[in-house]
Amino acid sequence: MTKTAPVLDIDAILDDENTRIIVCCGSGGVGKTTTAAALGLRAAERGRSVVVLTVDPAKRLAQAMGLTELDNVPRRVKGVGSQGELHAMMLDMKRTFDEIIEAHADPERARQILTNPFYQSLSSSFSGTQEYMAMEKLGQLRRSGDWDLIIVDTPPSRSALDFLDAPERLGRFLDGRLIRILMAPAKAGGRSAFKLLNAGFGIVAGALTKVLGAQVLKDIQMFVSALDAVFGGFRQRAEQTYKLLQAPGTAFVVVATPERDAIREASYFVERLAEERMPLAGLVINRLHRSPAPALSAARSTAAAEDLESRGEHELASAVLRLHAGRMQLAAREQREQEHFMSAHPTVPIAHVPAMAEDVHDLDGLREIGDLLAS
Amino acid sequence: MSARDTDWDGVRLHVVTGKGGTGKTTVAAALALALAAGGRKVLLVEVEGRQGIAQVFDLPPLPYEERKIAVAPGGGDVYALAIDPEEAMLEYLEMFYGLKRMGKVLTRMGVVDFATTIAPGLRDVLVTGKTSEAVRRRDRSGRRVYDAIVMDAPPTGRITRFLNVTQEVAGLARVGPVKNHADLVRGVVASPETAVHFVSLLEEMPVQETLDGVAELHGAELPVGGIFINMVRPTGLPKDVLDSALKKRFDHAELALGLKAAGLVGESADASAIAQALAEEVTEHAHRTRLEKRERASLAKAGTPRYELPLLADGTDLAGLYELAEAIRAQGAA
Repeated sequence: MTKTAPVLDIDAILDDENTRIIVCCGSGGVGKTTTAAALGLRAAERGRSVVVLTVDPAKRLAQAMGLTELDNVPRRVKGVGSQGELHAMMLDMKRTFDEIIEAHADPERARQILTNPFYQSLSSSFSGTQEYMAMEKLGQLRRSGDWDLIIVDTPPSRSALDFLDAPERLGRFLDGRLIRILMAPAKAGGRSAFKLLNAGFGIVAGALTKVLGAQVLKDIQMFVSALDAVFGGFRQRAEQTYKLLQAPGTAFVVVATPERDAIREASYFVERLAEERMPLAGLVINRLHRSPAPALSAARSTAAAEDLESRGEHELASAVLRLHAGRMQLAAREQREQEHFMSAHPTVPIAHVPAMAEDVHDLDGLREIGDLLAS
Repeated sequence: MSARDTDWDGVRLHVVTGKGGTGKTTVAAALALALAAGGRKVLLVEVEGRQGIAQVFDLPPLPYEERKIAVAPGGGDVYALAIDPEEAMLEYLEMFYGLKRMGKVLTRMGVVDFATTIAPGLRDVLVTGKTSEAVRRRDRSGRRVYDAIVMDAPPTGRITRFLNVTQEVAGLARVGPVKNHADLVRGVVASPETAVHFVSLLEEMPVQETLDGVAELHGAELPVGGIFINMVRPTGLPKDVLDSALKKRFDHAELALGLKAAGLVGESADASAIAQALAEEVTEHAHRTRLEKRERASLAKAGTPRYELPLLADGTDLAGLYELAEAIRAQGAA
């Protein structure tokens, strides 16, 4: 028997004024960004004032929304019908980080931090920085109160869960024990204070100097002491964002394709959200293959094609039947993958979006996906 | 050594990248099997801690240890290693600094955590470094331990940065041991003994990312390998049928007759309804085939060898992996 899942009622979520944040997450290549953009457009056209924060959109999708520059500022999307408003922005993680520094430090200290080589490389290349800054930006947008719905698409990371873990990890580092070791010389007024500390600290400092070299260590020390003076409590900030994600106005939408890896990641994610007490709205299964002739099974179609072939008749019909059989097999396989998820998570609502031949190129394409999501 | 000529003779490190969802890990695994075929010894490494190799081969999670996981057609062994950056770091400290006993202290102090998750680029240097070590490793008689190494690498969007380790650690180390080590790794990765292969699908976004990735690698002077076009569906229908479907002149009546002849439908009305539905499928298929043709042509612009791997109807199981390995060998990629 075919399993069924509760239906994910997209419009109910979009129309609910209490929904203030929607987070689209899932593994790479499943269509998170497109889903986020389609939800944003639909919400706007249903009367809400929406901003979509995307991290790394494909060029075409960015163009579809009229985003031409990566300038870290929400831009109004033109061509959105009716009462609502849609803004979209691409995250520039380095600029977001720079802005935090500039906002919290006096000009001299800000300059010290911004020109520090360790800072420059941390702010532009550490993969966790992207997650951290995405969450930071989310917090900023929420505090600004300019939009009544924020839709964010999570960064493409090693694992779909990284954006939950990375801020905590960065926070742990910036507030942690290692930082205190690194900062010790600066606090002691510049002379080497390693000697003043206990032996464990001394060994660590020695090892770091040996491996990294003295100059690098000095860069890191300068960076962390300047940063600490600017604003302590990176971890505290991470915790605030974390609480925001747990709030009742937040809805997580997990996106997957009907393939084993993507479904597996989606399952992990659903379990993890439950552990963290973060509100899950449901699962979107993207690029599902269906047939307009579902009553004709793969087995019957193959048998009929074989029959025609053996008689040497109706080549066209047998080729079409083979094509159909392939389609039905694919649909059956996708159904099995979905059922694995449904068996493990029978209460999670699901919405389906059929596979489309071409990628989204414009607002009409996004609108169509929105319609499919809500149908 | 086999006498067969392949497109990548002389390459010892095969780096496999691809956009999420393209089947990168599966292709890396099949390539390892194909390279091992005929009695060679190949190491398949994983660098992102996702245990993708274990899943593809249907095995329990792999430890940080080289172990045999499969036998290739005609003899030959595939070993696997899941590189854990923390373990690699402790090994590195021991190897180069004799700091093994420091490991615990460093771990407790958060230094290992710092090095493997925060410090820009260090994590990548550690995993590419471990891989390079396996590439260079020789046994007592001076022979290479592995004939080839296949790396299931990070996705296309991050591959250049990942391999361009010297650049990556620049902020952290312009001189000193980390820099020296990064330079050594870069030497292996940028050598003619390395090829960076891309896995793509015949869809717009993966193709665009592949082309961007190829251009980026060229820019960074890293060796571009081949393009593996994965999950290719058979065209199935003759060209004139596809053309007529695109022009909305598909012959429903003929199809309906065929359906009746096959005994699938009794009544003419049923036959026509089913023929209508199937015709819709044909039109969709024709559109997709046209798009695929366009994407194929785009990939050709990359100017590097391309290989096509079939969509496996039953999903990727072990038998499917061997099927893909065979396709890889048949096309001369291994």
